[in-house]
Amino acid sequence: MKYTPQDFKSNQEVKWCPGCGDYAILASVQRALPEVCEALNYTKERFVFVSGIGCSSRFPYYMESYGFHGIHGRASVIATGVKVANPTLSVWQITGDGDALAIGGNHFIHAVRRNIDINIILFNNQIYGLTKGQYSPTSVLGKVTKTSPYGTVEHPFNPGALVLGSRGTFFARSLDVELELTQKIMVASAKHDGTAVTEVLVNCVIFNDKTHFVLSDRENRADRTIILKHGEPMIFGKNRDKGLMLDGIKIKVVKIGENGITEKDLLVHDATEENPGLHSMLIDMKYPEYPVALGVIRAVKDKTYDDNVRDQLIEVKEKATIHNMDELLKSGSTWEVK
Amino acid sequence: MQHKVIDTKEVVIRFTGDSGDGMQLTGTLFADASAIFGNEISTFPDYPAEIRAPQGTVAGVSGFQVNIGSGEIRTPGDYCDVLVAMNPAALRANAKWSKPTATIIIDSDTFDEKGIVKAGFKTNDPVAELKIQDRIIIFAPITTLTKESLKDSGLDAKAVIRSKNMFTLGICYYMFNRPMESTFKYLEKKFRKKPELIEANKKVIKDGFNYAGNIHAIPNTYSIAPSKQEKGIYRNINGNQATAWGLLAASEKSGRPLFCGSYPITPATSILEELAIHKELNAKTLQCEDEIAGICTSIGAAYAGNFAVTTTSGPGLSLKSEALGLAMITELPLVIVDVQRSGPSTGVPTKTEQTDLNQALYGRNGECPIAVIAAHSPSHCFDAAFYAGKYAMEHMMPVILLTEGFIGNGSEPWKIPSMKDYPEINPPIIDKPQEVPYWPYKRDDLRFARRWALPGTVGLEHRVGGLEKNNDGGVSSDPLVHERMVKERAEKVARLANFIPEQKVIGDEKADVLVVGWGGTFGHLYTAVKELHTQGKSVSLAHFDYIMPLPKNTAKIFANYKKIIVCELNSGQFANYLKGEFQQFQFLQYNKVQGQPFIVKEIVDAVNAIL
Repeated sequence: MKYTPQDFKSNQEVKWCPGCGDYAILASVQRALPEVCEALNYTKERFVFVSGIGCSSRFPYYMESYGFHGIHGRASVIATGVKVANPTLSVWQITGDGDALAIGGNHFIHAVRRNIDINIILFNNQIYGLTKGQYSPTSVLGKVTKTSPYGTVEHPFNPGALVLGSRGTFFARSLDVELELTQKIMVASAKHDGTAVTEVLVNCVIFNDKTHFVLSDRENRADRTIILKHGEPMIFGKNRDKGLMLDGIKIKVVKIGENGITEKDLLVHDATEENPGLHSMLIDMKYPEYPVALGVIRAVKDKTYDDNVRDQLIEVKEKATIHNMDELLKSGSTWEVK
Repeated sequence: MQHKVIDTKEVVIRFTGDSGDGMQLTGTLFADASAIFGNEISTFPDYPAEIRAPQGTVAGVSGFQVNIGSGEIRTPGDYCDVLVAMNPAALRANAKWSKPTATIIIDSDTFDEKGIVKAGFKTNDPVAELKIQDRIIIFAPITTLTKESLKDSGLDAKAVIRSKNMFTLGICYYMFNRPMESTFKYLEKKFRKKPELIEANKKVIKDGFNYAGNIHAIPNTYSIAPSKQEKGIYRNINGNQATAWGLLAASEKSGRPLFCGSYPITPATSILEELAIHKELNAKTLQCEDEIAGICTSIGAAYAGNFAVTTTSGPGLSLKSEALGLAMITELPLVIVDVQRSGPSTGVPTKTEQTDLNQALYGRNGECPIAVIAAHSPSHCFDAAFYAGKYAMEHMMPVILLTEGFIGNGSEPWKIPSMKDYPEINPPIIDKPQEVPYWPYKRDDLRFARRWALPGTVGLEHRVGGLEKNNDGGVSSDPLVHERMVKERAEKVARLANFIPEQKVIGDEKADVLVVGWGGTFGHLYTAVKELHTQGKSVSLAHFDYIMPLPKNTAKIFANYKKIIVCELNSGQFANYLKGEFQQFQFLQYNKVQGQPFIVKEIVDAVNAIL
């Protein structure tokens, strides 16, 4: 069956603020799913969208699929339960920086550690929107918000670093305005076996407007970000004339054609490299010293939690001497009263 | 000394020693042997929170009490006839539980100056200090005798010392004329990869047995005839195992695979452990990162169509409160097992109590009634868990099952039931649209339950969640919709009363006093009421398994008694609940919050005081 984005639009009115970056992500996902269905031979009823609490967590209501709007911070665990109960489902977790990294931080790292086959889309707007403008675990140091009137005095999380620290197998990053890129990442995420985390830098037009503007600004985006593609040299810039090279144990930005540097000298992106060293450096790159890395940064193969659960069930069942309750009740030490 | 064989109907033995002395195992093996012999039994493991508190101190004393009888045995007994004390600390902590006529067996090797001081005695004569000179005290050099017994075994010194509990077991087998086969079978199975340990342990038990027979220091041995039990196959079962099996049974009868998301917590952990070994029966267990993950993974699994359960104790139930509300408002089937322990906070974690009733009934934000069922004995945990599962799935709602550390860890013989005697479980699963679009919160007329549409089913795509919704599944903050949905969800819980059995009364339909209880105090209350009957008193017992909703005939029963006394292991939580529900009656109370079960005598005295 061939689907169109329209098939994934529910009858509910979308209630995000006008200009909110979430609209773009919703559109990217609705465009990606027909492609996912085609690539993986999925039908629509297989999708389950699970969320926590926050602006982004209203997402499941807008998808014409199975959906579960949970409680604050618990989307990863609800999604985990859905996936373990029925591993044939395609499970997507929608979460925000507060939901996933503050109240749900523990569940987030454990989901990644288990490598359960769910797709996590982390809407990172660096602010609490639904509670009207308090700082979040990704707000930059010094950020002035309603609860930090003199600026925050705490360091933010880098979500990608958390994923790597939890032995994550998939991490990608996009910008809300990069609809096509997000769409491609969604397809890659669906194809990946294991916990796939995609951080989307998203604008909150009301409480944190233009927080990612330095990157999303159409004029300068190509010079301030780099879209990594597996197997391709790391080139960026409006004129495709800048690249990334290794300098000792650090990455440096170079200009192609200067000092005899050619494309061949540049790093070639390998998302499948198990060693997280280079992925970690790419994830950490910050503007203005570096371009911010977008695209699928890491996608390595490893056994998934749900596969391990299934394999163990099969193995135990094959060897089992007990096959039903009546046999269990009579097993072990018993005696008869005559 | 004149040796006497005492024919008796009931004997209580209490095994006590250091946490590392293996008293739980000794007690369990003795109880199993007695049950297989044909006695009724009831056991009470009483152990400290520390795994290995400093050796020889009172804090580290672990105990296991077992009541064996030829008649009806419903409690582990109040005071013991025989006390085994493997060290001075065990004697100091447990002498108060021995009857004035008790025999006390002591490992005299441990009663040196160091041991006596460590136990906190002020003099070098513990017996006099405890004022137990009137008991029959047998000083047996158990450590020395065990060493002697195993001197040619080739075992290292540590392994030899560890076997002294088996010597003690041998002494007890002599005193109570127990067959040893079941214990030997256990050893053969446990040590099948270490045959030298099988022989060594058997030898120590036999040497203990023979020693007891030879020394002539034991004045009395006991003969407890097998009880007249119903025909059938029996086994011993503890409450947590029975709970796990009851849940597995509900999974089998419903055809829904079992999922248990849980976090280890005393005294509930062994339910998770038991479920984890039964993957062959389609049980999936997920040991989570915390209690909240335990219930939330289960809610996710319930949404996806599994029979979902989560197991915990009081502090864990507190952590799960918000998610209980989510399960309730999404109207998903879920069983939450709370093996209650002594609180508040960490409280006295290894001790029993009934202090989570209020939490189970009310511990959530918003108007959030949840069905509450209580198990009343170790083996009843099976039925209680089965029906909690049946009602959760058929009525599409969370059900809280309250058990207690006392019955969770305690065990009793159980006539093995047959699954054909249990009812079918028919969850309202739909596999195709009955209306377009599908209304997730449409209810049936009988139960008021919504239907269960499982993700993956064509044409039933829908969204559930914690936000208030209308019956069509649309999010709604309309004041009247909210009020109606609050009432509908409460009505669904109330209608469960049409499906649960009517309340039964033990004793006369009309009497002077009605003893009211719930949960794990059943054995003590039952035994107390029987005792009052033999005293010729006009007393009956109504013991409640169904707490929320209450059986429909509850008020009718209460009206038949001049006085009602509610006995529970808290400060009056059930009594206050009943006062709210039935303002026409007066409820007297008998309460205890000591982390210990009732004593039969205190109930008898309490009832006599109001007669």
